[in-house]
Amino acid sequence: MKIHIPTPLRLYADKKDTVEVPGKTVAEGLANLTAHYSDLRRHLYTDEGKLRAFVNIYLNDEDIRYLQQENTPVKEGDSLSIVPSIAGGEA
Amino acid sequence: MLRIQQPDLEALRRHGEETYPHECCGVLLGRLEGGARRVRSVERCGNTRSDSPRNRYNIDPKELIRIQREARERGEDVVGFYHSHPDHLARWSQTDLAEAHWIGCSYVITAVEGGRAGGTNSFELAGQSEEDKRFVDEEIEVVGAASIESR
Repeated sequence: MKIHIPTPLRLYADKKDTVEVPGKTVAEGLANLTAHYSDLRRHLYTDEGKLRAFVNIYLNDEDIRYLQQENTPVKEGDSLSIVPSIAGGEA
Repeated sequence: MLRIQQPDLEALRRHGEETYPHECCGVLLGRLEGGARRVRSVERCGNTRSDSPRNRYNIDPKELIRIQREARERGEDVVGFYHSHPDHLARWSQTDLAEAHWIGCSYVITAVEGGRAGGTNSFELAGQSEEDKRFVDEEIEVVGAASIESR
């Protein structure tokens, strides 16, 4: 599967904006990604091993929270996007 | 430093006037030029915080994915984001910092007073991680015109 790396995390992925990794599920894809680029792990996951709350993972155009989360199966040709939240406000 | 053309700067300021009294938000696309983030296009986004749009904004990641896909085809990348502060300062708040996660990008804020755009300031989200991230004031260089001072 292809994984799109957001701008702030490319430093930890050899400056790549896209990485191709094997895997049958989202979990496997992310595990393979962080196995290869170990520095990414602390930016994506808490110390307890959960995805950080502001890290959104989309399988193609679907938020995995509304699919089967990290157990979501991945087909050939699918792509994952890692999208840190963009939010804020004056108060 | 953020480098932007006058029409693009005016476009993001005008967006804040149009959505007043709600916060507007959008994406800045472009490329790195030396040490500066050069904006080549500005994309408006919807504010998904319909529960509190007067003082909060959120961009739907799905919208950003589409914008990024289209930007890639033009050879552009995300260089920052913009939003407005209705009747409030063009300075980042603690909420802005807590909810900023795109380290290395510019966050542009426009004060919109009574429906009219006032000052626009830009801040780089600096640091190495969530634990040491911080906003740093940065100059906005308007391409083809004199730089604007922080207001």
